[in-house]
Amino acid sequence: MLRLSNLVTFYGQMMALKGVSLDVKEGEIVCLLGGNASGKSTTMKTILGLVRPREGSVEFEGERIDRLATGDIVKRGISLVPEGRRIFGRMTVWENLAMGSYVRRADPQADIDHDMERVYSLFPRLKERLSQLAGTMSGGEQQMLAIGRALMARPRLLLMDEPSMGLSPVFVDQVFDIIQQINKQGTTVLVVEQNAAVALSIANRGYVLQNGRIAACDTAAALSQADDIRRAYLGEE
Amino acid sequence: MADLLSILPQQLVFGLALGTVYGLIALGYTMVYGVLLMINFAHGEVFMIGAYIGWAVLAFLLNHAVGGLHPIWVLPVLLLPAMLMCGLLGMTIERFAYRPLYLRGGSRLAPLISAFGASIFLQNAVMLTQGARMKVYMTNTLFPRTWRFDIFGVNISVLVVVMVSVSLLLTWGLIQLVQKTTLGRSIRAVSEDREMASVMGVNVGQVIGLTFFLGSALGGAAGVLVGLYYTQIDFVMGYSAGLKAFTAAVLGGIGNIKGAMVGGLLLGLIESVAVTFINPAFKDVVAFAVLILVLMFRPEGIFGEALSDRKKV
Repeated sequence: MLRLSNLVTFYGQMMALKGVSLDVKEGEIVCLLGGNASGKSTTMKTILGLVRPREGSVEFEGERIDRLATGDIVKRGISLVPEGRRIFGRMTVWENLAMGSYVRRADPQADIDHDMERVYSLFPRLKERLSQLAGTMSGGEQQMLAIGRALMARPRLLLMDEPSMGLSPVFVDQVFDIIQQINKQGTTVLVVEQNAAVALSIANRGYVLQNGRIAACDTAAALSQADDIRRAYLGEE
Repeated sequence: MADLLSILPQQLVFGLALGTVYGLIALGYTMVYGVLLMINFAHGEVFMIGAYIGWAVLAFLLNHAVGGLHPIWVLPVLLLPAMLMCGLLGMTIERFAYRPLYLRGGSRLAPLISAFGASIFLQNAVMLTQGARMKVYMTNTLFPRTWRFDIFGVNISVLVVVMVSVSLLLTWGLIQLVQKTTLGRSIRAVSEDREMASVMGVNVGQVIGLTFFLGSALGGAAGVLVGLYYTQIDFVMGYSAGLKAFTAAVLGGIGNIKGAMVGGLLLGLIESVAVTFINPAFKDVVAFAVLILVLMFRPEGIFGEALSDRKKV
């Protein structure tokens, strides 16, 4: 479904990705692990066209998308739950969800309403707060909204950048339950995480990024057994 | 003192009329600041060109002896072309004078300097094509001097009522557009987080262009209203009006749409009080003293929230 081949991306003079290749197949949950500045977020931004790769290609459903505008990439069915949530704090919860469906503004209102209902069923709490300003909600609620907003575009591939960051453990479990649920409903998921334990527990496969290169790639089960991964990312000696 | 107090209500009416027009121009500054974090210093010139367009249309109607000029239909005929052409002018300025600079990233100073350049360019273009001498609006063919009435001893002309209502109506329309429509939501999304707006599928360049269109169209409408009210226009009128409106935008809280109108009204009223109690010559001194004081003690203005990190850059 998604294939990155030998991506090289620069941030100014700095080479952030040094030839990253990875595959995501339809229906999978794939996690991308790595420490700070390993290139995880840059990979996400490159997929969405927010930064342009200098070499290599991004293919989505067999077509190259690495020269498309971000809006056109989103229209093809890729949504992002960004790092730090980045909901529109001065808009209401409802308006945030409406922004999520922006690419579908030509669709019948009934379809959009139907998807809103789907988001409410995943996150009943959002329904209670539709007219609240999103910036006044707690971090966990904002994360729910960020996921709901991304789902409103009806993505076939959902990119999630550090969904557990800054959340209490209870919320982390809840968010990852939701990710599994979304996946079962037919959305492919690529999730970037520092919290390797929880990410590997729901993923089918995983990649490990180190200094802009793929250092390891295996099934989630194998990765959580591998010694060096355990030491580096699972905090074990 | 009693004399001064007796003319105050009359002065407040002038202040109100002028203030709503300041507010109308201020909307352009505040909207552009919202999406680009930039002060569009060419906006005063867009306002001035709006006044010239309205003047030209009115002169055309009079020259062709169109009989029975009634403001009910003539006013829209003056406003619409001025708004449309100024809107397009604003988009053109953004496209050629600002976009190449902000797309390159880096300094926010570059577009600002380019804005001063655009302002000087437009002033001189109008001077060269229209001449340096002032033009006169034949306002009394539309609003005869006798169209006035008294309320509580205050003498009000119909023109002032029209000016205030048109300004408030346009502001109300803009607020509806920004608050209630998909287009308005996309403008707010771009002003809050440009990158996330594009991740939502918003074409950010288009939205910025549209924001310039809306702000400039309102500036053009203000030009026509000021032309009708003062009856004399010239190519430098945009300079002081633009600075006043900028003051109004800062006073209300730059980036905030309601703040622009409230700031404009307040500035108009402050000026009229200054005219009454100090000296008419001190009108501008007081207006810009307000600007300096606001910038020193409450830079976020009346409605502004504490500036977010992004906006402090």
